[in-house]
Amino acid sequence: MELISGLVPARGVWWRPANRQERLWIAIAFVWCLVLFAMMPFWHLKGGQNPTGIRSRVDPAAFAERTLRFAEEYGIGDDHGVPLVAPPPGAEVYLLGQMWRWYPALQLEEGVTYTLHLSALDVNHGFSLYPANLNLQVVPGYDYGLRITPNKAGEYRVVCNEFCGVGHHNMLGRIVVVPAGTKVAAAATAPGEETR
Amino acid sequence: MTTAAPAVPAGGALWRLAARVCPVTGLTLNRDSERLVRWNAVAAVVFFLVGVVAALLLALTRWQAVHLLEPVWYYRILTLHGLNMLIFFIIFFEMAVLYFAGPVMLGARQPAPKTAWLGFWLMVAGALTVNAVIFMGRADVLFTSYVPLRAHPAFYLGIILFAVGALIATSLFFAAMVVARRERSYEGSVPLVTYGALTAAIIAIITLLHGAAIYIPTFLWSLDIGTVDPQVYRMIFWGLGHSSQQINVAAMVSIWYLLGGLTVGAVVVNQKVSRWAFTLYVLFISMASAHHLLVDPGMGPAWKIWNTSYAMYLAVLASMIHGFTVPAGVEMGMRLRGFVKGRFEWLRRAPWSDPGFSGFWLSLVIFGFMGGITGVTQGTEQINIIVHNTLRVPGHFHVTVVGGTALAFMAVTYYLIPLVFQRRVRFWAMAKWQPYLFAAGISLLSMSMTFAGSFGVPRRHADITFPEAPFTLEFPPVVDVLMAGIGIGGTLAAIAVLMFVAIAVGSVFFGEKVDLAAPGPDARGIPQGILRLPPQTHSAEASAAAHEAGTPGTLVLVFVFLAVFILYYFTNWKVLSMIWKMG
Ligand code: HEM
Ligand SMILES: [Cu+2]
Ligand SMILES: [Cu+2]
Repeated sequence: MELISGLVPARGVWWRPANRQERLWIAIAFVWCLVLFAMMPFWHLKGGQNPTGIRSRVDPAAFAERTLRFAEEYGIGDDHGVPLVAPPPGAEVYLLGQMWRWYPALQLEEGVTYTLHLSALDVNHGFSLYPANLNLQVVPGYDYGLRITPNKAGEYRVVCNEFCGVGHHNMLGRIVVVPAGTKVAAAATAPGEETR
Repeated sequence: MTTAAPAVPAGGALWRLAARVCPVTGLTLNRDSERLVRWNAVAAVVFFLVGVVAALLLALTRWQAVHLLEPVWYYRILTLHGLNMLIFFIIFFEMAVLYFAGPVMLGARQPAPKTAWLGFWLMVAGALTVNAVIFMGRADVLFTSYVPLRAHPAFYLGIILFAVGALIATSLFFAAMVVARRERSYEGSVPLVTYGALTAAIIAIITLLHGAAIYIPTFLWSLDIGTVDPQVYRMIFWGLGHSSQQINVAAMVSIWYLLGGLTVGAVVVNQKVSRWAFTLYVLFISMASAHHLLVDPGMGPAWKIWNTSYAMYLAVLASMIHGFTVPAGVEMGMRLRGFVKGRFEWLRRAPWSDPGFSGFWLSLVIFGFMGGITGVTQGTEQINIIVHNTLRVPGHFHVTVVGGTALAFMAVTYYLIPLVFQRRVRFWAMAKWQPYLFAAGISLLSMSMTFAGSFGVPRRHADITFPEAPFTLEFPPVVDVLMAGIGIGGTLAAIAVLMFVAIAVGSVFFGEKVDLAAPGPDARGIPQGILRLPPQTHSAEASAAAHEAGTPGTLVLVFVFLAVFILYYFTNWKVLSMIWKMG
């Protein structure tokens, strides 16, 4: 079989078996592709970080309403214009993205699992937890409920990382994670004085 | 390549009188297709220029110490950059590629030239409309225009016009293939490059159908007719948005084969393997939108896993196959020409000062090593949690569609200028190192973006000091260095593109005409592959010996690649395992 460049029409029967080295590489590449594929179901079984969540449609106004009720129920103070909310362990937690703030600010406990519900009132927003670097899309009309477990106490920020209009770069929220067993009232004193 | 000129002129071959036969390649260039190639390429360069001025402004804004643009203008220019680069520049150039790889490479005539021009002018009208609306500040929605963000209806209309024009041009590629076959302008199977372009064209049709499915309802919605669900929008938009990246990949790989042949006489090691790999791109294309939606609320894990992997990574397999066959073809071609010493004489002795070759090779390396590895890793369902909408995302695609596709397009332009425009390449000394400067700049830009993104720095963000936010956030100092890397790398890459535009415009409009049949003793501005076209066909005996000798150098390269891939991939799993538990 004559070798030709890619510019020349292939004449005669070019349907020939690949040579040894090509076959070797294709086999290895195929196996690697299977590994790449298998890792995802594997992580669902064994890994701790999956974006599955509890997903449903929701009316944006209804979600906002629920978030307000949640903030009222567990609010412990004001934090730069939004309520600081300390839900009990295991609670359903609501966080609403809207132009251009995250509502409310949250106080969570280290090592405790919560169900964090994310949604948007107006346009798409992006939930980006700093410095954990955990990122999720927040879409109006959809409730994204994820079971999360903070693994380290400290100050966190919620950066909006989906373009949501001219105020996008000022959309910054706060989550504070307190050490396990901290009393809610103790942490509520002087909320966020050192945060500005 | 005397084989391309058919022995028997087909019936009704009046067009042949006006056609010319290229003295270098032996290709028959009909007047219409040649003009269409020229005008589409020129339009591409014009929008490339707009896009690169925007790029410079963006890079100098993200460089936080410079922070050039006000937020409103940053978002406006970002919209401008995305559309002019990703849509207008790339697609105009692809239309040029289709007009070249179809009728020209098959030695056929251009079917329906009037319709082709209609398509071209529709594309121009659409692109101008979109640019005007953006500058008027009526479309600050970025190129994705996620509903319910809303632009002026003319914005969507402009995109629709552009898409209709592209649809016409793409359909004419199929028409040209039919005509060429019917009029027997070639014998055997179409050249591999044409086959690759065919897959690009098929993908383009699928893509444009997705485009219609999303832009028409959105256009109506912008006129207050009907509604568009935000999640459905994202899904179908990326059916368009990512499939179109697959057009770019198929077109780029075709150009790799084209430039390999022209610059160093690269051969197709196995036609069956390479054609299969192209076909795999087509088969799984509609799944492409998924990796944009991995952390979206609208879809479940089974859908995400199956689709993001393109049915078990078969499209990735295709790219890994080309990643072998393209360098192996170069190696085998060079060995056939006598560069047989050791594992790497073929590579050392390659024509590194030919921008057609260096651009092609750098595009291959950047796309494969940086683009491919980051892309597969970031597109993994769970790893996307530490990636989505951070700077890692533009860090990835600036080494695929920019360091890969745009660089390949620039490299092939150095050959199109003499072959199609019949001019010497101007500023030849500058052209020789333009690909290197561009590759260095874009690599620095992308690596800086990728590392900044791994600290959680968001993409599409006007000011990461959050000046008017209720809370403060200070990124670690290393991020300042990385943002400077974006500014500096971006500036270098932008300068390289400006050099390219100067060369292209200078050559095409003010360049010296050259008769390639008798270029004379002055070789300036004529790439070496055109001065002395390397052999494009080989005897059966030499071919058998070449297969026997194999491609030991390429084998080393691909195993280095695989090792880097595995390391990067599992490092990302490790990093993921350290964040909050989530499910
Ligand atoms: C000189 C070369 C280039 C430089 C310096 C450059 C630089 C940049 C920068 C700084 C951004 C903004 C990232 C952000 O803030 O989120 C960006 C975004 C982008 N670039 Fe480029 N770019 C170049 C070429 C290209 C080319 C050739 C293409 C496409 C073919 C392209 C496609 C895009 C896209 C699609 C975006 C994202 C826009 C968005 O997020 O809405 N770029 N580029
Ligand atoms: Cu937002
Ligand atoms: Cu935002």
